[in-house]
Amino acid sequence: MSGTASPEPKISVRNLNFHYGKFHALKDINLDIATREVTAFIGPSGCGKSTLLRVFNRMYALYPNQVATGEVLLDKQNILDRRQDLHRLRSRVGMVFQKPTPFPMTIYENIAFGVRLHEHMGKGAMDDRVEAALRQAALWDEVKDKLRQSGMRLSGGQQQRLCIARAIAVKPEVLLLDEPASALDPISTLKIEELIYELRQNYTIVIVTHNMQQAARVSDYTAFMYLGEMVEFGDTNAIFTNPSQKQTEDYITGRYG
Amino acid sequence: MEPIHTHISRQFNAELEDIRTRVLQMGGLVERQIERAIESLVKGDVNLGEAVIVDDTKVNGMEVSIDEECNQIIAKRQPAASDLRLVVAVIKTITDLERIGDEAEKIARMAVRLAQEERPKNNYMEIQALGNRVQQMLRDALNAFARLDATAAVHSAQEDIKVDQDYDGVMRQMITFMMEDPRTITRMLNVIWAARALERIGDHASNICEYVIYLVKGKDVRHISLEQIEKEVLGGKNS
Repeated sequence: MSGTASPEPKISVRNLNFHYGKFHALKDINLDIATREVTAFIGPSGCGKSTLLRVFNRMYALYPNQVATGEVLLDKQNILDRRQDLHRLRSRVGMVFQKPTPFPMTIYENIAFGVRLHEHMGKGAMDDRVEAALRQAALWDEVKDKLRQSGMRLSGGQQQRLCIARAIAVKPEVLLLDEPASALDPISTLKIEELIYELRQNYTIVIVTHNMQQAARVSDYTAFMYLGEMVEFGDTNAIFTNPSQKQTEDYITGRYG
Repeated sequence: MEPIHTHISRQFNAELEDIRTRVLQMGGLVERQIERAIESLVKGDVNLGEAVIVDDTKVNGMEVSIDEECNQIIAKRQPAASDLRLVVAVIKTITDLERIGDEAEKIARMAVRLAQEERPKNNYMEIQALGNRVQQMLRDALNAFARLDATAAVHSAQEDIKVDQDYDGVMRQMITFMMEDPRTITRMLNVIWAARALERIGDHASNICEYVIYLVKGKDVRHISLEQIEKEVLGGKNS
């Protein structure tokens, strides 16, 4: 099944297949990720949703025997192309993982480190960039007086927002969030969700989540995946009130098993 | 529409099954209220009329308690898709059932008043006829709810046209009586109120049919013409 979200998609996936060695993890996926909207991938463990997310910045290229075929067009350019510059790609497509992964550095350096890899700038400009990223990640007020402290000393929720700040500091166009709130308490989770809502004004966001209510709350479009196939893709409101596929219905109503 | 009893959580199955069963119980109680209200009017049975008035509190009580149970399900289970539609349909259905209960109570009040008056030769046959039609319509609507049958819901909703026609007939008849003999005006006004209550019950039954269609098909068919509803449900593919 294929899906179309908006006339000008940020990412278009065309006939994508993915193999982990002999295991066929993604089967002929077709979908469009809408520009500056939130798209959620849901589905049971092992359905391929994280794999699909990791294709979008070619995270899988770190591992041998992992092969993607087909096309993933980012602004109409195929990122699966051998000639694709991965550094450039990953600065355009940022990623945040399930467990907060701050670097063992100061809060300031956590953000400045990635920026320096891509850009050269003076101290004043860097200070501004760090502040802007922390503000966008709704963390500035909590850390502005302790920028020289280690990022590891923040709470889990703060660490995750630091990672989001780090991802957006390099001014990406797309943000990939892999279970960004599943290791957090409910209040921190709500802060992350609120943040996603704010960030969608500037970024195209793709989120993988096990929490279906979270997908329902934060996303504009939802894709339900099962056993490596995209079963249903569409408007989030429709998916959660009147899905067209029985498998989707069974999953979101807790009949799956 | 998925069968209720297939959730991973058996407790959730039980909760959904329970609200569904209780709507049908409430429907049964309301049907009985209408039946007795009409009987009290037709037979001039004051005691029966008063019993109907008293029993309306049972209908109200059921509405409140099913509502509460639905609130608990929403708070604890965050139902989605067909489960969500079931809970929403239940909340709406019991509101209409409660209103039907109120209409039955009104008919019973008219019955108590009319019992003091001289009785017409035809024993309010026109009210009995209109009442039969309305009762059948409500029964069909509740059956459609019980069986999750959108097609049956459409057929039941179609009956509302005949209810309205019957109601117009009763009105014309009453107006004729009043013109012929102004001494009957007080009595005829009470009959008109009773007929009006029955006509309203038809409208509420029609609403219930729309909730069944929403529940089964996921389509909101309120405020659209019957022809369109027929096209949406009977013409469209089954899902």
